[in-house]
Amino acid sequence: MIELSDYLILAAIMFSISVAGIFLNRKNIIIILMSIELLLLSVNINFIAFSYYLNDLAGQVFVFFILTVAAAEAAIGLAILVVLFRNKRTIDVEELDTMKG
Amino acid sequence: MGFETIVFYVFAAITVFSGMMVITVKNPVQAALFLVLTFFSTAAIWMLLEAEFLAITLVLVYVGAVMVLFLFVVMMLDINVARMRASFIKHLPLGLVVLALMIGMMLMIVGVDHFGADKFAEPARHAADYNNTRELGLVLYTIYVYPFEIAAVILLVAIVAAIALTLRRRANTKHQKPEQQIAVQRKDRIRMVNMKAEEQK
Amino acid sequence: MTDNMENIYLWIVLAPLIGSIIAGLFGKQVGRSGAHWVTITGVAVSFVLSALVFKHINIDGGETFNGSVYTWMVVDGLRFEVGFLVDQLTAMMMVVVTFVSLMVHIYTVGYMKEDPGYQRFFSYISLFTFSMLMLVMANNFMQLFFGWEAVGLVSYLLIGFWYTRESAIYANLKAFLVNRVGDFGFLLGIAAVLMYFGSLDYATVFANVDKVNGQSMEIISGSQWSVMTVICISLFIGAMGKSAQVPLHVWLPDSMEGPTPISALIHAATMVTAGIFMVTRMSPLFEFSETALSVILVIGAITALFMGFLGLVQNDIKRVIAYSTLSQLGYMTVALGASAYAAGVFHLMTHAFFKALLFLGAGSVIIAMHHEQDMRKMGGLRKYMPITWITSLIGSLALIGTPFFAGFYSKDSIIEAVGHSELAGSGFAYAAVLTGVFITALYSFRMYFLVFHGKERMDEHTREHLHETEKVVWIPLVLLAIPSIVIGAIYVHDMAFGDFFGDAIFVLPQHDVLGELSKEFHGWFVMAFHALTTLPFWFAFAGVAVAWFLYMKRPDIPDWFEQKLSFIYKLLVNKYYADKFNEVVFAGGSRAIGRLLWHLGDQKLIDGLVVNGSARSVGYFSAIIRHIQTGYLYHYAFAMIIGLIVLMGLYVL
Repeated sequence: MIELSDYLILAAIMFSISVAGIFLNRKNIIIILMSIELLLLSVNINFIAFSYYLNDLAGQVFVFFILTVAAAEAAIGLAILVVLFRNKRTIDVEELDTMKG
Repeated sequence: MGFETIVFYVFAAITVFSGMMVITVKNPVQAALFLVLTFFSTAAIWMLLEAEFLAITLVLVYVGAVMVLFLFVVMMLDINVARMRASFIKHLPLGLVVLALMIGMMLMIVGVDHFGADKFAEPARHAADYNNTRELGLVLYTIYVYPFEIAAVILLVAIVAAIALTLRRRANTKHQKPEQQIAVQRKDRIRMVNMKAEEQK
Repeated sequence: MTDNMENIYLWIVLAPLIGSIIAGLFGKQVGRSGAHWVTITGVAVSFVLSALVFKHINIDGGETFNGSVYTWMVVDGLRFEVGFLVDQLTAMMMVVVTFVSLMVHIYTVGYMKEDPGYQRFFSYISLFTFSMLMLVMANNFMQLFFGWEAVGLVSYLLIGFWYTRESAIYANLKAFLVNRVGDFGFLLGIAAVLMYFGSLDYATVFANVDKVNGQSMEIISGSQWSVMTVICISLFIGAMGKSAQVPLHVWLPDSMEGPTPISALIHAATMVTAGIFMVTRMSPLFEFSETALSVILVIGAITALFMGFLGLVQNDIKRVIAYSTLSQLGYMTVALGASAYAAGVFHLMTHAFFKALLFLGAGSVIIAMHHEQDMRKMGGLRKYMPITWITSLIGSLALIGTPFFAGFYSKDSIIEAVGHSELAGSGFAYAAVLTGVFITALYSFRMYFLVFHGKERMDEHTREHLHETEKVVWIPLVLLAIPSIVIGAIYVHDMAFGDFFGDAIFVLPQHDVLGELSKEFHGWFVMAFHALTTLPFWFAFAGVAVAWFLYMKRPDIPDWFEQKLSFIYKLLVNKYYADKFNEVVFAGGSRAIGRLLWHLGDQKLIDGLVVNGSARSVGYFSAIIRHIQTGYLYHYAFAMIIGLIVLMGLYVL
C-alpha cells in the first residue's frame, strides 16, 4: 500500500535534485533549463498525488495548465538561448553578468 | 508488499536515478536523454494515481515535443563540454550540503507524520469503465473554460515569441520579391541618354 | 415701481461697464472719437439715472431699495449675491461719483488728446466708474469687497498708465502693496462678520448687532477682546488703506504719477473716499465700539495735521494737492471718529467737487505748461489763463473753508462736532483739526500764489505758447466750480444737521454730536456769518495772510527757513521718513526673511536635505548594496534556496 507521503517524498527528492542542479551547473544554461523542467515535474507529482488522495480533479486541471505554461516557457527559453548564443557565442552562465550592480 | 507498491518503488527509483543523472552527466545530450527517462517513469507513477490522461500528455508533449526541442538546440549549438565540467567539482560539496538540507527539511514536513495513511486514507479505486480523460474534459470545458482559453493564448504567444526571437533576415540570400517585380516601371529600367553622334572623319 | 427701479439701478451700473468693454476690447474698431463717445454716453446715462434716483429717494422721499438681483452661489446656507441697497447715502454717492466721473471723462478728451493709449484710458476710467458704483450700491459685504478690490485694480492700472516710466511702475506697485495691507485687515473684518453674524447681508448683520455686542473673543490666549471692536478695527484698517490714513498713506502721493484726470477722479474725489463711505455704511457696527471710534478719531487727526505739513514743502503742483487730499481725508475720518458720519459724508461730497476742481485746474495748468509740474517754474499765470485762474481760486477758497463756500460748511461742521465729542482723544483731535485749518490755508495759497501770481519764472519758449486751454478742459472746471460754491449752502442744513440720510446712518444718542449742534444751527447764512468771529476762520485767514507774506512779499524768508531749520525741512521733504522706514523695515525686513528662508529653508533644508539628501542617501546605500548584485544567475538561485530553507526551517521548528 502506497501512502500519500511516499509520493510527496518522491516529489521532494526530485525538487531538491533539480534545485541542486540549478546550483551546481554554472556553465551550461541548457542543464539549468532542464532542471527547471524537473522542478515543475516534481510539483506536478504533488498535485496529482493530492488530487488522487483528495478525490478532486482540480489538481489535475492545475497540472494541465502547468504543463501548458511549462511548454511555452521551454519554447521561449530555448529561443532566448539561441539568440543569446548567436550574439555571445557562449551559453556559459558565468559570463552572463550584465546585471552586475 | 503488493504489486502496486513494487511498481511504485521501481519507478520512483528510476525517476530519482535519472533525475540525478540529468544534473551530473557531462554531455548535455545524455542529460536530455536521462530527462526523457525521468519523464517516462514519472508518467508511470501518474498512471498509478489514475491520472491516465496527464500521463499520456506528459509523454506525448514532453518526450515528443519539448525534449526533441531540447535535443535540437543542444545539437545545434556548438558547446565546449570539457570546459564546462571544471566548476562542477568545485561546487559539489556545497551543493550536496544544500541538497541534504533541503531533502531533510522536506522529509520532516511531508513525512508520514503529516501525510501518513492515517491522515489521508487511500481512496477506493474507480471502476474499470472510469474514464479519466472524459472526467477531466468535463471540468476543463465547463468550470475552467476561460483559463483553458487563456492557456491556448499563452501557447500562441509562445509560438509567436519563439519565432520572433529567433527569426533573422539575411541580407545576402537570393530570393524573389514578386511584389516588387510587378510594381516595376519603365523609368526604373531604361535611362534615356542624349549622345552626340560620332563624327565622320 | 420697484421693478422699474431695479432696472434703473442695473442700468446705472451696467452703462459704464458696457462703455468700458467697447472702448477697451474694440478700441481699434471704434477709434479714438468712438471710444470717448461711447464711454461718455455710458457715464452720462449713468449720471442722469443716478440723478433720477436721487430725486426719487432723497427729494421725493421714495422708499429705499434693498434686494438682490443675482445669486452667485449658495454654500452651506450662505448666500453670495449681487444686490443693491439704495438709500439716501447711496443715492448721494452715486450722484457724486457719476457727476465727477462725467466731468473727468469730458476733460480727458482734451487732456489725453495726444496720448497713444487714448482708448485704453477711457476704458479704464469707465471700468472704474462701474467698480465704484458696485462698491457704493452693494447690499452685502461680498459685493462691497468686489467693488473695493475692483477700484483698487483700476487704480493700479491707471497709476501705471504710462507703463514705460520707471517711476509710474514703482508707484503703482507701491499703491498695490500698501492697499493689500489694508485689504488684509478688511478681509479679516469681513471674515469676522461672517463668523459672528453668520451672514454677509448688510440688513441681516445690522439687525443682529445686539446679539453680538458684548461678546468677546480670545485672539491671544488670556486677553479678552470685544468682538465689535475687533471687527470694527479690522474693517477700519481696510479703510485706512483705501483712504490713505497714516500709516498706510504712503501710496497716495506717489499715485500722482498717473495722468491728472485720474488723480482727480480716483485719488481725490471718489476711490479714496471709499473708506469713509464704508465706515459710514457700517455706522450701526462702529457705533457699538468706542475703542474703534477713538482709534479712528486719533488716526484721522494725525493724518489731517501731519499730512498738511508735508504739503508745505512740495514743489510739484500735483503733490501739493495730493497732500491736501490726504489731509482732507483725515478730516473726514475725524468726523467718523466723532460719530459725525453725516458731516464726514457731507465733507466727502463737497471735497469731491472742489478737489476734483483743483486737480483738473492743476491739470489745465500742466497742459498749458507743456507737462511741467514744478511750481518754481510757474508764476503769473492768471493773465494767460483767466478761467483756470478763477476756478482754481474758487477751489482753493472752498478748500480752506472760506465762509459761504462749500468747504466751509462741511469742514466747520466737522470741527464743531469734534469739539463736542467726548471720546478719548477728542481733545487732541480738536487741536489737530484747528491747527490743520491754518496749515491748509497756508499750503493752498502758497500753491495758488506760486502758480498764478508773482514773477513769471518759466522759460521764454513756454511763455510764448501760454494760453487758456480748450473748451473740453475748461467746461468741466466751470461745471465743478458751481457746486464748489453753492453745494455747501444748499445741503448744510439737511445733510449735516437734518435727517437727510434717514435710516442709512445710525448714531447712538450718547454720541450724537451733530444732533447737539443742530440746536445751535439757524440757517446757512447765519452759520457763515457767525463763523467770521470764530477761531477756524481766523486761522484760515492767518494762513492766507502768511502765505501771501512769505511767497509774495518776502520770498527770501522760506529760503531762510529752509537753511536755518534744515532738519525740520529735511524731515518734511522726506515725508517723516515713512517711505524710508517702510523700505528698510518692511521691504528690507521681508527681503531679509525671504533670503534667510531661501538660503536656509529652500537651499539647505529642502534642496539640500530633503531632495538631494534623499537621493544621496539612496545612492550611498545602493553603492553598498550593489556589491550583492553579482549578476550571476546561480547566486540569485542560491539566495532563493537559502530563503526557502529558512522558511521551511521556520515551519518545521
